[in-house]
Amino acid sequence: MPGIQVNPTRQELTRLKHRLRTSVRGHKLLKDKRDELMKQFMDTVRENRALRAKVEAGLMEAHGAFTVAAALMSSEAMEQALLYPKQAVELEMGVENIMSVNVPTYQFHTRNDDPGEIYPYGFAATSGELDTAVDALARVFQDMLKLAQMEKTAQLLSEEIQKTRRRVNALEYVKIPQMEEAIQYITMKLEENERAATIRLMKVKDMLLEEAIREKRAADARAVESFGGEAPGQV
Amino acid sequence: MSNNKIAVVGDRDSVLGFKALGLAVFPAQTAGEAKPLLRQLAKEEYGIVYLTEQLAVQLPEELQRYQDALTPAIILIPGKEGPLGLGMEQVKRCVERAVGADIL
Repeated sequence: MPGIQVNPTRQELTRLKHRLRTSVRGHKLLKDKRDELMKQFMDTVRENRALRAKVEAGLMEAHGAFTVAAALMSSEAMEQALLYPKQAVELEMGVENIMSVNVPTYQFHTRNDDPGEIYPYGFAATSGELDTAVDALARVFQDMLKLAQMEKTAQLLSEEIQKTRRRVNALEYVKIPQMEEAIQYITMKLEENERAATIRLMKVKDMLLEEAIREKRAADARAVESFGGEAPGQV
Repeated sequence: MSNNKIAVVGDRDSVLGFKALGLAVFPAQTAGEAKPLLRQLAKEEYGIVYLTEQLAVQLPEELQRYQDALTPAIILIPGKEGPLGLGMEQVKRCVERAVGADIL
């Protein structure tokens, strides 16, 4: 018995065969998609890891510098110094298509191009360590942006890979074997029906033939009797 | 191409410096404060939200929620107490989800 209930008809067989062809083709395409996605993903993720390590190290350095600055200044003074930024960052987000997965690309614009503009305070009332800290942060920021792009891409790709892999497996291990089984079942059932029909015809033919022979014999016997009991064969 | 903004969420001392760079800084001391903040940022036009690991540890379901969305990209950064390894953990989980095992 097949896993799915099917009517053993010729129409159903044609339909199933067509579906099987489509499924096999789909399976191949999805498999290719999965492999290519995987390739892209591995590249992304490797870069992601390296970048993350770099960003984390850079940020720790910046945090350290800030701690030093905070030690030399009162927290109010520091907050005041950083309260009104001169610089503004605008993020321009685009969408890139990797194997039909939409992933973001980031580009950022600063309002002021002057790199000195990142210090939003007068140098008189602040310690030099704050400059170092802000500077360290500014340096790591470029990488942080790239990290954001990489990491989001990796996340989105991994989701798509998971989905694709499930589809490939479902087709490969469930749908296609099921259909093949159903096709075999129908084919066997149809052959069986055909054989049954042939046998039935042979039987009917036999019966007809037997009857014809019996009638012929009866007719012969009657004919012999009407000729006055002459034994057949005597001339 | 669309214009978006970048937000930084974390405890005050960790995120203050980002203000100088011109990013939108949202101080949040506790996970309870950060949670509604994240939701609000997601609704607005923030493309990237940098979140400190110290807060992220307490908000795993929020991270899950935005993981498969195009925006915002929630990126973990170490707070001033140092990295907890959560960011790397996420990358690892990503690989596990795609490949089925951690192969790196």
